[in-house]
Amino acid sequence: MSITRRIAIATGVAAALMGTTAMAQDNVRIALVAKSLGNGFFEAAARGAEEAAEELGNAEIIYTGPTSTTAEGQIEVINSLVAQRVDAIAISANDPDAVVPALQKAMQRGITVISWDSGVAPEGREMHLAPSSDELIGQTIIKLAADKLPDGGKVAVLSATSTSTNQNTWIAEMEKVMDQYPDIELVATVYGDDLADKSYRETQGLLQSYPDLDAIIAPTSVGIVAAAQAVQDAGKTGEVNVTGLGLPSEMAGAIESGASQSFAIWNPVDLGYATAMLAYNLATDEAKAEPGAEIGMGRMGTATLDDDNQAAMSEPFTYDASNIDEFKSVF
Amino acid sequence: MSIAEGTRPRHVPDRLASRPARILRSWELLLTVIAILIFLANTQASPYFLDPWNLSDATFNFTEKAMIAFAMALLIIAGEIDLSVAGIIALASTAMGWALQYGAGMPVLVLIGLGVGLVCGAFNGLLVTRLGLPSIVVTIGTMSLFRGISYIVLGDQAFNGYPSDFAFFGRGYVFWVISFELVLFAVLAVIYGVVLHATNFGRQIYAIGNNATAATFSGIRVARVKMILFLLTGLMSGIAAICLTARLGSTRPSIAFAWELEVVTMVVLGGVSILGGAGSILGVVIAALIMGMVTFGLGLLNVPGIVMSIFIGALLIGVIALPRLIRLVRTGKAA
Repeated sequence: MSITRRIAIATGVAAALMGTTAMAQDNVRIALVAKSLGNGFFEAAARGAEEAAEELGNAEIIYTGPTSTTAEGQIEVINSLVAQRVDAIAISANDPDAVVPALQKAMQRGITVISWDSGVAPEGREMHLAPSSDELIGQTIIKLAADKLPDGGKVAVLSATSTSTNQNTWIAEMEKVMDQYPDIELVATVYGDDLADKSYRETQGLLQSYPDLDAIIAPTSVGIVAAAQAVQDAGKTGEVNVTGLGLPSEMAGAIESGASQSFAIWNPVDLGYATAMLAYNLATDEAKAEPGAEIGMGRMGTATLDDDNQAAMSEPFTYDASNIDEFKSVF
Repeated sequence: MSIAEGTRPRHVPDRLASRPARILRSWELLLTVIAILIFLANTQASPYFLDPWNLSDATFNFTEKAMIAFAMALLIIAGEIDLSVAGIIALASTAMGWALQYGAGMPVLVLIGLGVGLVCGAFNGLLVTRLGLPSIVVTIGTMSLFRGISYIVLGDQAFNGYPSDFAFFGRGYVFWVISFELVLFAVLAVIYGVVLHATNFGRQIYAIGNNATAATFSGIRVARVKMILFLLTGLMSGIAAICLTARLGSTRPSIAFAWELEVVTMVVLGGVSILGGAGSILGVVIAALIMGMVTFGLGLLNVPGIVMSIFIGALLIGVIALPRLIRLVRTGKAA
């Protein structure tokens, strides 16, 4: 190979390299860090983020994460993202504290850091996007039952344990809005302790004590499956509607049989989409993360930050016969 | 072999191959060449690779694992193995976190980390040397046992709130970009190199690995040497637990999950024979650098971790198979 040819090739390669760097600089590079790769929930979130990137036009999503759900694995990932000088890191943390030093280093170097799904301690991120809030969950679970009972009726709640903070908060939030549904009567609250067999027996008890029961609300993924099974086994499918919070993969059977007409849980696609939108707006300085700030999330509306710079995306997403097939293989 | 050749007197060399020739054929040289190739490939693949701070961050990918790999190399050369090292890290870290809840300060935490490591090492060592159980079976058992205790203590909870002077072990810098962990890694490399290659104890390790029975008849106290090596591996796991816990600032039972395989990979890639009797610390050091550079380089290209493990696995098989393949091509028969 002649020297001139070599120089020509080298210049060409150098120009190509510079060209790609220049192009990369134009794009806002948003890293979406999962708890671990190979998990359907996060794969779905990545699809949502890609959708946001397409809509934005000049955003690029780097979907990454460790192979196992460890903090040290995520730190290695964060370090390599910091080294690449990405514009934003959006992380669902395996450990809210362990990733803080690595993320602080990222912020010192001018990278926008937000957490989503599973939060990071406030000193390690600019803001956190929770999939939903206690208030919205409480409002959703009663609405799910009431929507199928236009003429009113009797509903019962099957909860986890009587000391479960989450469930108690959601039920309290639900009771706050009960006056919007004057024809709905809450007849009982029972506790299945998040055990499949106890939840099943408690449901049987409800069906016997209240033969005219119209709906069971189970704001727990264990309880809702057991309740649907008990209703089906008692031959009350179609009479008693089981609803609440559940996972599409576990509830597909109940939706198919009709024991449950609909239920709710966060939609990972929407969550990934909203996360990417927020990261983009913060990284491009369109918005600033501070208490009270309202930041756009594209088609998901706006996120309003509270005093801890946390925001809730939306009310849980409703799953029914029309979309269960799409999501049952996701999570 | 032709008849003419057979009738000639067999040539017996009166000395080993000359020093330069031996170096040329050595495993360490092969590894060094591979390390340089990977380094060059990384500088070409990503414009972010050659940055002192980025390289400094990347050293954390291997320093803690390499510390354990030094002791593991000695143990494997002696014909034993310890697969419970990651379990020991989890247990030592949990013990430190537990002591923290009772107000333990930095010196106490360090002593607990080292102490738990030694106790775990002693437990493995006693089962192997006193009861004569195979170390691979014993340590597969204790791997689950040690981590299991962490899971019982912690469940889905975490210990955190480690003091800032303790954090120095995992996050501190001695000079500019040179972290405390990197210095510790270098110091330990020298110590283990000297112990293995320049002391009586080191020669005993090779002797045991090559033929434990012959070593016994030569007056080497085999059980005692093996016990010391298990204690050392436990101690190094304790040190790694201190560094990792300090770096993370929290303890979860999943800490250092599956590290035992990465440590053994590092040792074997470093040229230590898995059957015992051969290997060097220099090889392990270069292997640690290679693994650190590969994971960091692929990370810069956002290659998913699953693909990274495939790459490391292929590298391991390739590097081990290469010398045998060369011999096969040269002589027409496998070794």
